[in-house]
Formats: sequence, C-alpha cells, structure tokens
Amino acid sequence: MADLKREKSGRIVFTKEMKKEYTILVPDMLPIHFNIMKNIFTNAGYKIELLDNSGESVKQLGLKYMHNDICYPALLVAGQFLDALKSGKYDVNKTALMIMQTGGGCRASNYIHLLRKALLKAGYENVPIISFNLSGLERNSGFKLTLPIIRRMLAGVIYGDLIMLLSNQTRPYEVKKGDSDRLIKKWIAELSKQFTASKGYSFSQMKENFEKVIKSFSEIKLKKEIKTKVGVVGEIYVKYAKFANNSLEKFLADENCEVMVPGLMGFLMFKVDARVQDFLIYGGSKIKFTLAKALLRYLEKIEKAFMEAIDKSRFTQLSSYNDTKPLVDNIIGLGNRMGEGWFLPAEMIELVKHGYDNIVCTQPFGCLPTHICGKGMVHKIKSMYPHANIVPVDYDTGATRVNQENRIKLMLSVAKEKLLV
Amino acid sequence: MKIGLDIGSTTIKSIVIDKANKIIYSSYERHFSQITAKTVEILNTIKNKFKNQKFSIAISGSAGMGMAESCDIDFVQEVYAEKVAAEKNIPNSDVIIELGGEDAKIIFLGQTMEARMNGTCAGGTGAFIDQMATLLDIKTEQMNDLAAQHDKIYTIASRCGVFAKSDIQPLLNQGAKKSDIAISIFYAVVNQTIGGLAQGRPVEGNVVYLGGPLTFMPVLRECFDKTIGTKGVCPENSLYYVALGAAYCAKKETVIEEAIDRLSKYISISEWAKLPPLFENEYEYNKFKTRHSKADVKYASLSDYNKNTFIGIDAGSTTIKAVVTGENGEILHSVYMSNSGNPVPVIHNFITELYKLKPDIKIKASCVTGYGEDIIKNAFHIDSGLVETAAHFTAAKYFMPDVEFIIDIGGQDMKCFKIKNGVIDNIYLNEACSSGCGSFLQTFANTLGYDVEEFSKMGLYAKNAVDLGSRCTVFMNSSVKQAQKDGASTGDISAGLSTSIVKNAIYKVIRPSSVDELGKNIVVQGGTFINDAVLRAFEKEMGVNVIRPVIAGLMGAYGCALYAKTLNIEKSSILNAYELKNFSHSVKSVNCGLCSNNCRLTVNSFGDGSKYIGGNRCERPVTKNTSVGELNIYKFKQDYIKSLTPTNKGIKIGIPLGLNMYEMAIFWYRFFIELGFDVVISPLSDRDIFLKGQATIPSDTVCFPAKLVHGHIKYLIENDDIKYIFYPCMSFNFDEHLGDNNYNCPVVAYYPEIIAANMKIKEGVTLINDYVGVHRKKDFSKKLHTILSKYFNNIKLGAVKTASEKAFEAHDEYMKAIREKGIDIVKKAEKLDKKIIVLAGRPYHADPEINHGIDTLLESMDTAVISEDALSGFVEKFRVNVLNQWTYHARLYAAAKYISDKSNMELVQLVSFGCGLDAITTDEVRSIIEKAGKIYTQIKIDEITNLGTVKVRLRSLLTALKQQEEKLNG
Repeated sequence: MADLKREKSGRIVFTKEMKKEYTILVPDMLPIHFNIMKNIFTNAGYKIELLDNSGESVKQLGLKYMHNDICYPALLVAGQFLDALKSGKYDVNKTALMIMQTGGGCRASNYIHLLRKALLKAGYENVPIISFNLSGLERNSGFKLTLPIIRRMLAGVIYGDLIMLLSNQTRPYEVKKGDSDRLIKKWIAELSKQFTASKGYSFSQMKENFEKVIKSFSEIKLKKEIKTKVGVVGEIYVKYAKFANNSLEKFLADENCEVMVPGLMGFLMFKVDARVQDFLIYGGSKIKFTLAKALLRYLEKIEKAFMEAIDKSRFTQLSSYNDTKPLVDNIIGLGNRMGEGWFLPAEMIELVKHGYDNIVCTQPFGCLPTHICGKGMVHKIKSMYPHANIVPVDYDTGATRVNQENRIKLMLSVAKEKLLV
Repeated sequence: MKIGLDIGSTTIKSIVIDKANKIIYSSYERHFSQITAKTVEILNTIKNKFKNQKFSIAISGSAGMGMAESCDIDFVQEVYAEKVAAEKNIPNSDVIIELGGEDAKIIFLGQTMEARMNGTCAGGTGAFIDQMATLLDIKTEQMNDLAAQHDKIYTIASRCGVFAKSDIQPLLNQGAKKSDIAISIFYAVVNQTIGGLAQGRPVEGNVVYLGGPLTFMPVLRECFDKTIGTKGVCPENSLYYVALGAAYCAKKETVIEEAIDRLSKYISISEWAKLPPLFENEYEYNKFKTRHSKADVKYASLSDYNKNTFIGIDAGSTTIKAVVTGENGEILHSVYMSNSGNPVPVIHNFITELYKLKPDIKIKASCVTGYGEDIIKNAFHIDSGLVETAAHFTAAKYFMPDVEFIIDIGGQDMKCFKIKNGVIDNIYLNEACSSGCGSFLQTFANTLGYDVEEFSKMGLYAKNAVDLGSRCTVFMNSSVKQAQKDGASTGDISAGLSTSIVKNAIYKVIRPSSVDELGKNIVVQGGTFINDAVLRAFEKEMGVNVIRPVIAGLMGAYGCALYAKTLNIEKSSILNAYELKNFSHSVKSVNCGLCSNNCRLTVNSFGDGSKYIGGNRCERPVTKNTSVGELNIYKFKQDYIKSLTPTNKGIKIGIPLGLNMYEMAIFWYRFFIELGFDVVISPLSDRDIFLKGQATIPSDTVCFPAKLVHGHIKYLIENDDIKYIFYPCMSFNFDEHLGDNNYNCPVVAYYPEIIAANMKIKEGVTLINDYVGVHRKKDFSKKLHTILSKYFNNIKLGAVKTASEKAFEAHDEYMKAIREKGIDIVKKAEKLDKKIIVLAGRPYHADPEINHGIDTLLESMDTAVISEDALSGFVEKFRVNVLNQWTYHARLYAAAKYISDKSNMELVQLVSFGCGLDAITTDEVRSIIEKAGKIYTQIKIDEITNLGTVKVRLRSLLTALKQQEEKLNG
C-alpha cells in the first residue's frame, strides 16, 4: 500500500503509488463535461469516480463539518465528499478527493483548506486532497496535468459546451422524448473513444467532430412551439450543479421554457484573460503576460472553430468571448476579476441581445463577488436594456425551494406577458 | 363569473367577480395551515351562494403553488396578480408596496415594470410584527394604537427580524416605553423594506399600500409616508388585490364541483427531510425521566426558616427567575415567570409577595444577573450584579464540582463554557443570527394556541420530525411554513424545532470536532432545557448523557444566590416592605450628546431619587467622566482621519470614508493635495449617513460597512463644491509580506462598481472609479497619470510621480504612527496594570457607526484598546492553515500570533455580519489564540446598536480572566 507522505505543512501529497491504488472522487458539476473529463483521466491511468450524491442529509453533513457562514458550494461539496467517505462504498485508505482551486481574491481559493479542516474534524485526516489548478498552487507528484491531458481537456470543454448548447435547443421541442439525451450519451462515448486513440483534439479533428455533432442534433425531429426563452447565469457552481440550484433547469423545462446556459469555455477564457488584464491595468511580469496571452490565443482559436461550425447551422449561439467585452463598457471594468467578475454581467447582456432576455441569476447566499457582479449589476443592465427581465435568486441550505420558485415564477409571468405582446 | 383565491402564509383571501369585473363576493380567513381543507370550504361557500353558475378559477399566493398545479387550476404569481389588479383599479399608480405575513414586495409600475420581493434572509414581515407584539406582551392589533402615542423613536436594526429583536430585547429591559418601541418597530419595517427592496430605483409618485399590516395599521402607513416623503393611498379592498388580480387572470372555465372534488382528493406529495423520533416509546421516555430527576437540590420551608437568607434574581430576556436560599444553599422559595416586556413591576411583585409570605425574613445579601441586571439593581437596591456566565457557572459548579462543560440555553441567548481546573477556560456565546431560538419555540407554540410545555410534549414521539437545519429563526419560520404546507403534523414540527435549537447550539455556537472535546461531565441548563424534547435532542445529537438539574430554569438565579452568600455583607440593602410600598418608576428618553455617538438614553427615575440610565455605550453620561480616549487606539485613528481637512485651494475632490478608505484616504489625501487639488473626506459615519444611502443598496445581504458607503457618496454629492468623487477599484492591496498574496476582499475591491451602477451621480459631478494598484509602486505613477489625464487637462507625469512618492510616504507614516501609538498605549497600560485588549478587525472597524462604540465600552471596563495593525508590523511571516491571501486578514493572524506569549494581552475579534472572509479568518484566529492557551472572543456586529450582548461577552471574558489569575495566584 502506498505510504502517506506529508509536506512540512502537514498536507498529504498524492504520490505516484497512490495514482495506481487510489480512487479519486470528484463532485459532478456539469454532467456532460465531467463525464468526458472522467474518461480522459481514466485513459491517463487515474481511477476517477464522479459524485452525484445529493439530498438533505448531504447538506447537513456539510453544515456539521464546515463553518456555517462559508459559501453554499463549499458546504455542498464538503457534504458530498463526507457522505461518500462515510457511505462504505470506498476504502477510505485508498481514496483521494479532488477539488478545483481557482486562486483569486474570492473565498473559493480557500475551499481546499477548509475541506482539510473538515476532514480532520470528521476523522479522515489521511485522505489526500488534490488541488486541481493551473496556477501551480499545490503540487502532487502523482497528479500532473501534462500537455496531452490539458489538450484533451480543452477539447473536452468545448465538446461539452457544444453538446450542452445543442441539446438545450432540441430537448424542449423533441417529437420523440429522449432523443437529445440519447445523442448526449452517444457522443460522450464516441469522443472518449477518440481520445483513447489519441484522436479528436487536433483542430482539424475538432472541426470535423463539431460538424458531425451538429448534424446529428439537427436531425432530431422537433415540434413547432413557442416557448419562453430563459437564460441561466450566475456563480459557476450553483449555475451548473442541479444539486445546488434545486434542479433549476428541470423546473424551467416544466414551466415550458427553453433554457440557454452559457458554456464553460467563456469562463475559462475569462480566468486566463484576468492575468492579461492585470498586466495591462497594473503592470507586472512580462513573461507571465506573454504566456497568458498565448494560452488565450489558443483558446480563441478553439472557440472560433466552434462558432464557425454553429454559424453554418440553424442553432443559436452567443457571442465570442472577445465580443462580450464591449458589452460592459460603462457598466463594469475589465479589472473586475474575482469570482465571475465582469464576465457575469457580460453574459447577461449577451443573453438579452440574443433573445434570451428572461434571466435567472443564481447566487449562493452571501457570495461576495456576486454581490457586486451579479445582483449589483442588475439595476444598471435594466436601465440600459429595459426589456431585460432578470431575477437574482439566492441558494442556501436554509432557503426554501418554494421561495425560489415563486420568485422565478414572477419573472416568468412578466416573460409570458411579453410573449403575448 | 371568476374566482380568485389568494393563499398566503397565514390567510386565504377569496374574491368573486362578475362579467363586468365587479366584485360580488369576498372573504378573508386564517387557514391555520389547513390549506386544502380551507380552500375546499371556501369554494363550497361560493358554490352554494352562486348556484348554477359557470366559473373560471385561479389561485395565487406561494402557499397555493403546488396545489393549484396538481389540481389543474390556473396559478397566477402573486406579485403579477397584484400588478394586474392595480393597473385595472388604480391606473395612475407608480409604486405598490405590499407587506404580507412572509414576504415584503415593492412593485414599480410604468414604463419598465420591476417587481422585487425580499430575499430569504429578510423574510417574515407580518410574522415579525406578530412576534414583536408577543415580546411586548400585547395583541398585534394594539400595536398601531400604541405606536400612535409615541414620543421618541429608537434605532432598531432593520436587516431582519432576528437582528431587530436583538435591539428590542435590551430596550425593554432598560425600561423604554412600549409606545416608543412600537413606533421603532414600525420604522424598522419601513427601513427593511426600503433598504432591501428599492435597490436604487427611487420610490416616488403615486404610492399604493396593500396587504394586511398596511391595511390594519395606519400608523405604519404614516411611517412609510414620512420616510418616502409622499402620501400614499391604501385603496378599498387593499387586502384583496392579489385575489382580485388572480380573478382577472382566470381563464379556464371549470365546473366548480369538479375542482372541489380534485382539491378534496389532493394530498400534498411533497416530502420533507425527516429525523428519527426522539423517543421510540413511553418506556424509553420514562427511563429518561427517571435518570434526570436525580439531579436535584435540597429544599426547606420558607416559613420555618429563621436563619439568614440570600436572594438571587435572573432577569432574563423573556422570563424572570428568582430564588431565595438558606445558609446551606437549600431553596426556600422560587419563582419563574414571564417578564411581560418590563421586569420592574414583576420584581416589585416578587419582593412584595416575599415579605407577605415571611414578614420577618432575614435577607443577608442579594444579587442579580441577566439583561435586566442594571435596572433591577438600581431600582431595588440589590447588593450586587453578576455577569450571566459567572452566575451559571457558580450554580453548575455547586451541582457538580468537577463539571467540564456547561451549556445554557435561555430565551434569547446560548452560553456555553468549558471548565478546566475549576475555572472557565473557554466561552462560546451565540451571535445575533442564532439568537432568540428559545423564545422562538415559545412564540411559535403560542401562535398555534399551545403553551410551550404542551407544544414540546407533542414532539416526543413524532415519527416524521421535520429537519429544519440550523439556520436562524427567520429561516426556521419559513421552513416550518413549508413543512406545514407539505402536511407535517404539529408534533413533527415541534420535534423539528427542538432539534433545530440544539443544532444551533452545537453547530453554530460550540462547533466541537467531537463529543470528547466537551469532556465527561456536562451540565445543561437554562429555561429552554426544561423541555424534555430539547434535552433529548441534545443527548441524541451529541451521543452523550448529560446532567440537567431539576431547577434547570432557575440556575442563573440560584448561582446569584450562592454568589450573594460569598459577598460577606452584614445586611442587604434591598428595599424593605415600606420602601416597596412607596416605590415609583418613571421613564424619560433623552439624547446623550456628550460625544459623536449621541446615544439615545433611557433615564429611569425611581421614587427614592435613585436613577438608572440605559442605552449608553460608555460610562460618560453616568459618571460624567471625560478622560476617555487616552488608552484607545480607535480614538487615535478617528482623530487622524479628522485631521485631514480641506485646504480650500484647488479643484475639490470628494473621498467617501468607507471600507478601505479608512486607510487609503490618508494615501489619497496626500496624493491629491500634492497635485494641487483640494480634498474633502466625508465624515465618520452616523445613523443619518446610513439612512441617506439605504435606498440605493442593491444587495441586502452585503456587509454593513459596505452599505454605509452609499450614504457617504450621497453626502459628497450634496456638497455643491465637489465636482469629482474619487473612489477607485483595487483588486490588490499593499503587500505587507505577511501572506501568500495581497488581495482585497471582493467587496472592498469592487464596491466602487456598485456605486457607479446603482447611484445617481448628480449632473456635473464625475465619479472616478478606475482600477488602481498600490501593490506595484513601480508602475503606479505612470498608470495613475493615464487615468487622471482622462478627467483633467495638463496633468504632468512628473507631478504625479512626486505626488505618488509623497502618498506612499504618508501611508508609511500612518502605519508607523499606529505602531508607535500602540507601543505607547501598551507601555501606559502596563504601568497602570491594565489588561490590553487587541480589538482586531479591519481598518473600517474604526468607524463609530460600525463598531458601535465597543472600543469605548472596553475602555470603560478598565482595559486599554489597541488594534491589529498596531501589532502586525512586528511579526515575521509564518505559516497558517489557510491560504493567507488578503492583506487585511494577514494582519489578524499576525496580531493573534503576537499576543500568544503576552500574558497581559487578549484578543477580541470584530466581525461584520455577512463578511464571508471571516468565516475563514475566525476559525484560524481562534486556533492561533487557543493554541496559546487563551480565550478567543468574537463579536459579530451589524446594524444592531444595542451593546447588551456585547457587554455580556466582554464581561464574561474579563471575569474568566480574573478567576484564572486568582487561581494562578492561589
């Protein structure tokens, strides 16, 4: 069995031996994307298990072991991990946890430390936690983001975005229920197969795949129906994870809506661009600036291919990352980079501009960055786009679903009235 | 015909309109959570009244949501319904304000319709007024008349009901008049509504008031009128607008019998999170009862007792307890009663009765504790006062000499302490959010028509107890409403509430990593623990058996009596029978005016000429002592800022004294003065500044220091000479080399964006809120030159460079001055043998409106006060267990580390409610402090102005320290 190696700080390092023996648990935030990612890591020799455990008892575990004023996403993720460790499904001596560490001015960069404290409290101090980050915050000899993995992952992100975008536009109108979800399954399997064969992530192959995916979705038979178009934005975790947002997308679907959820690539580009913007605003290391810029270029290229492919189809897409920047002129500065930063109001505006002017802005209760860039920008956006119909909704362990749904229904009533006019 | 039903959290309103949209029937009834049955009943009434008619039915109101859908009846969202009704009936209205039982709403009509409902945290408007009425011991209906008779208005926190209660409770105990409190409650409602919901859109034009509270309470409407500066109307049928709107929207024609049939069959399918039963069966319960009946005291008969006696009084938040003991601690007499919103007459009765029961009683000494300590002590000449924690500890120790952990849950507060070597080793007190749990149980029981004992018994065997989590009572209240809707029985709710109180104590107050941390000998006490359900829930949750004295509710009073015995007084000064007969009590409220806090004082005068002043944050109005501020660094910081006065030369630049500006203003002041500008810094905050800006706050859950910024901006805008307001965004702060990075918190960093997006900056005034970085001194002047050139002509790079140099120097000078002042205070304090308290927070905690004068309070408790930044500069970077990436927060860890080996220094951490980062820092600071064997004290502050609980906290700390020292010195 792999030995436990601790750093001076007491942190357990995820070693190469562990890579062979350990199962890594990852909370599932975005099913399509994360399933693609899972297969990438499996191919690289990791044992990955996506956690989709949910429910009140999971929340209670989070509350029990975390500071109760910490962000909702942190509580939920801690609850999911602890629930999994307690479930008996995993050998706790051969299980590791993985969590995203963004490294910015928001509390999220501290989740991993709080999680460690929680594990200690709960008696799992020997369970290693892997920080998933691109800023070199914590290193582990047994977990390395190599270039081949990164390339596959970036391709995975864009495929995930594409499949999510298309299925959101077909599922509500399907003649035969389940068509879209069947295609999702098919494509996750197909793309994973390609990755295994070291295919599917070069530009030419991506372009080819884009067209195939789009073609398959455009062959789904659809009913002609008018639905309320709703955009969902917000803090990244509650926006995507149905455990956090009380299955918001399903609720909206039941309310006869078509939902547009902006993809992950834009957020990724925003995070990389933050380094570029910091340099431009405050000055700093030229090397880091050049590196960030180069990475951004690469992402722009992927994004461009993706957009060109959709352009040729009948599907609606949002603006390119760079085109969202002018949208926030006179609204918020590009230096606003913690959490979702300026990109959140930019997403709201582009949704408004693309016909999704009814918007749910999801925020964890007491989330610091979204005080500013979520709720705080609604007034300004509405004054510039009077037809924007935005409802900020707080998510929290104590917030009742009825209250949330009631507020969303108000937004929908206004939307439906507009639909009649 | 069309039927509209409005199913709210407490009532159902129905409306029937004819083809011409004329109202032909209406009803308004409470549903007592029997929603479906009541709806069926109402529809049957309508059916019988209008025979052989065709109906379209629509349901509105959050409580009717699930039901309407499952029964195939149109559902109309209530705010939308209201809007439809208002547009039809009052076509020229601009703004609708509606208060309901659970929700508050503001609807802006006109060009761009906007509707706002309160966020989850600020829920329960009507329910809040109900609760406050219970607290005042009056009926809700009396509230209006009472408020109409007011003379003075007190400041009451408006963030939410729990916070407001924390302000009201001490007011009651200070003797404030009920009429003044009633009006203050109304204003709290107004401020909460406007502050939470206006969000930058002005409330103006024709205002319409709707909903129960606004219909029934004209004085509440007046409060709104005054605050908004308008005269709103409360239209005919103001209770029925939602129902009316629903009726207008009803489309689908329905056979009413079928709808009734579907509703009758409807059973809510919603599930709720369930807890296992507290007791499986009666046998288990009896065993439990027998075990706990063993922990009892000795009793003796009062009338036969002729030796010396001692009186202990615990004037708590909701109940008053008093005990008379003999020389050996035997209980001769005891009472436990409601304080009815005013402790004075209750105690008067108690002592009068006592003299009747035993005219020749020999009272040797008396002692009082609790919220009402000061007023009771002064009114009845009680010999001594004791802080609650000490009282409870004294009693528990008597019961169990080797007690290791004490948990006391009263009506308002939870107090827990760890005992080591016979002295208090650690204190855990609840903060505002988890306060009022005990009394919530009582108020809730009362609203259902039970007394609390009966109510909690109903939960003992509940099979499907509702899991209500561990959030505050506002959340609990709305979770309960949801559970009722889902069909939970009263027993299920009762058990759920008991468990929830316990969870609050365990997971929010004590937060132990395991039971072992509490030790083996645990004593639980306090009025709330009299409940077997609460006690059982505690034992189950912790998995441990505890001792609950039979006199659990009397422990504070009992502790006081025991303490009184140690006083060695010959004869008690407590009023005798004759003095009691001539006792009188009058109350006057005045403003103090001795300093900028300008506290609202309640002056109580008693018949014999003695006086008691309440509401003060320091001792000045009592002692008239003016030598304050000498050993207080907060005073020094305030004076430093005040010294930055305008030069009246050059273009005026306004700087709002908010958030990081408490430190940065010094930097920018020098910077702009050097560049030839004039600088006007807004003054230290006060209540007026807060109120000025509250209508433009977009997020009601953001921290109070951030909310205050809006008022400061408003203040600057009102100055016609100011053409530029400078408030830059700053992702980064100075790098003080104490942490892994040097960020500002997201709110501090980007609040200028909120100002730009939500406040109307006057024509001709420019807000400069560009992004600047003081962390890169090298690039600073060039970047600033570019920014300034956007706004001003002829700014020379060279000049900016010089100004920058000076600005950085000014900052360094300031930080140095604070360090030096710190050293100075420490030296002086050591000479005077005073304790030094590091009141640790952020720079903005120097503001008197933010710290509520806690610094002066500490000073008046004979301690010296310094701040975290006075010490952090002396500490080398060291490892902490979190990502240490914020400049201000790194100072906290450093200050905690600094005092680790200083026996005369203690740390008290100030935390602003809603500060997300402090969820991280408090645990880390606590662990540094506790590792050093010290007691960690956290004070959570918000808009709450009353320092009652803060006093308890600080006194507890100081008392515990004193005991530790005494123990050490033998």
